[in-house]
Amino acid sequence: MSRYTAVTETDLKEMLAEIGVASLDELFDAQVPAGVRLGRELDLPPGLPEQDVYAHLRELAARNVSVEDELSFLGAGMYDHYVPSLIDMLMERSEFLTPYTPYQPEISQGGLQVMFEYQTAICELTALPVSNASVYEGPSAVAAAGYLAKLANGRPRFVVSAGLHPHARETLRTMAHGYGAELVEVPLRDGVTDPDAWAGAIDERTGAVFFQNPNFYGAVEDAEALAGAAKESGAVVIGSYDAITLGVLKPPGECGVDVAVGEGQPLGNRLDFGGPSFGWFAATEAYQRRMPGRIAGETRDVDGRRGFVLTLQTREQHIRREKATSNICTAQALNALGGVAYLTWLGRAGIVELGELLLARTAYARDALCALDGVEALHTQPVIREFAVRLDAPVARVLARCREQGVNPGLPLDDDGLLVAITERRTRADIDRLAETVGAAVAAEREAVGARA
Amino acid sequence: MADASYPDDLLYHTEHDWARLDGDTATFGVTWYAQDSLGEIVFFDPPEVGSTVTKDEPYAEVESVKAVSDVYAPLSGEIVEVNTGLGDAPEAINDDPYGEGWLVKVRLSDPSETDELMDAAAYTSSLP
Repeated sequence: MSRYTAVTETDLKEMLAEIGVASLDELFDAQVPAGVRLGRELDLPPGLPEQDVYAHLRELAARNVSVEDELSFLGAGMYDHYVPSLIDMLMERSEFLTPYTPYQPEISQGGLQVMFEYQTAICELTALPVSNASVYEGPSAVAAAGYLAKLANGRPRFVVSAGLHPHARETLRTMAHGYGAELVEVPLRDGVTDPDAWAGAIDERTGAVFFQNPNFYGAVEDAEALAGAAKESGAVVIGSYDAITLGVLKPPGECGVDVAVGEGQPLGNRLDFGGPSFGWFAATEAYQRRMPGRIAGETRDVDGRRGFVLTLQTREQHIRREKATSNICTAQALNALGGVAYLTWLGRAGIVELGELLLARTAYARDALCALDGVEALHTQPVIREFAVRLDAPVARVLARCREQGVNPGLPLDDDGLLVAITERRTRADIDRLAETVGAAVAAEREAVGARA
Repeated sequence: MADASYPDDLLYHTEHDWARLDGDTATFGVTWYAQDSLGEIVFFDPPEVGSTVTKDEPYAEVESVKAVSDVYAPLSGEIVEVNTGLGDAPEAINDDPYGEGWLVKVRLSDPSETDELMDAAAYTSSLP
């Protein structure tokens, strides 16, 4: 018997005797139908002494390769931006780090003020008037935007660009299945959403349209054209954005986007093995009462002093029960604090400078890779911080060769594609090393193929 | 807020809605009791003109500082007008529930349904 389980053999015997059963097996035989029982022991290795478990875990942990250990160009939604130490300082303050969600929120004015400042930053970034206090992460923000459309117009079809992150599409499809909405996927043409197929897919049964900017392959979409094509139909226009690019991209609120969402990790949160992070969610006033999650509002107290409240709570689960806008009353408040601290640290000029730096470095990297023999651009669209190429060699083998050299060139795509992300942490010298390493690996693989032929 | 009142010229529904008949159309609203129970009303989410409503089914929402509540149609028909004045002044539902606080006008599809509604006396005696 495990020392963590407080049932001794004696306890067990007494309990079985009390209910008149001879053994645990007899109890289960009587209560659990044979059809749902496994009929054998679980296929688990035997227990290990603690020291051996520790050694095993050490060995597993040593296999992790972090972005500090290799030169990484991985991105695809999560990015290795520099996180200044002031963010750790703020996030580690116990007032922010340790509290559980306050059930009398107005007692925590500091927490509400952070949410309010965060929302203000998201509104300024997106040029949309309403932001909530954050949701779990990017894909669930996309799925929540779909549910907003379901509440708003109840129409049964979502038109989705193939440039929307696969994780977001999958999350949306899973959620939409529950309320019976069907996803219609619109393919890309030369890296961006095919405008004719997009317009053709939208009709009076379309509840919402979804695109991503820059899209999954790094290409900048014509957001105004995509939003414009949907306006007539009355569908909710939903854009998933990379917030880091909004210093140089026209903001969604000026492109006819009704609901803008995105993954918050690039804003002051580290990669941390994929989470936790936060999702941001902003909308036009027309949809403010359909938004999920919490919204902090600014008000005056009885003496006229500035204060903060949770506002529009009548949409929420604890008041509206089954008609609530969401079954999540949670914000990723701590991670969103990192987001607003990061945006404040960057400032209005800083986010533009960062965007311009990414534009220049990404253009440099794309040129450097596409100049290599056996590497060509997957599309020729404008890019900001990520781009896709196609290799004339097996991508998995090229990646393996590069990683032996301490370089991770990016995310492999179908048909020997490669998605390469750039952040300000990757210098021009790093990019030169990437090009050199990928060039050598592709050449070696092509030679190997030649030798076999 | 106005004093409690239940005008004699209206028909009443058990979900605390009223209807004022005018030929083949009717104006709908919520009763003094409803607005008093809801408290300060901050938002009215109207149906679209041209949509149909069904007796005893929800057709709109009112939001007060306490809750969001469905508004039930006392009679069936097609929405011909909504009170757009409530967009900026939803508190009219509290201040003047039978006048400025009206919600929608409906062309009735089955005027015989009025038989199932209550008069002011019956409705008043049904209140707790």
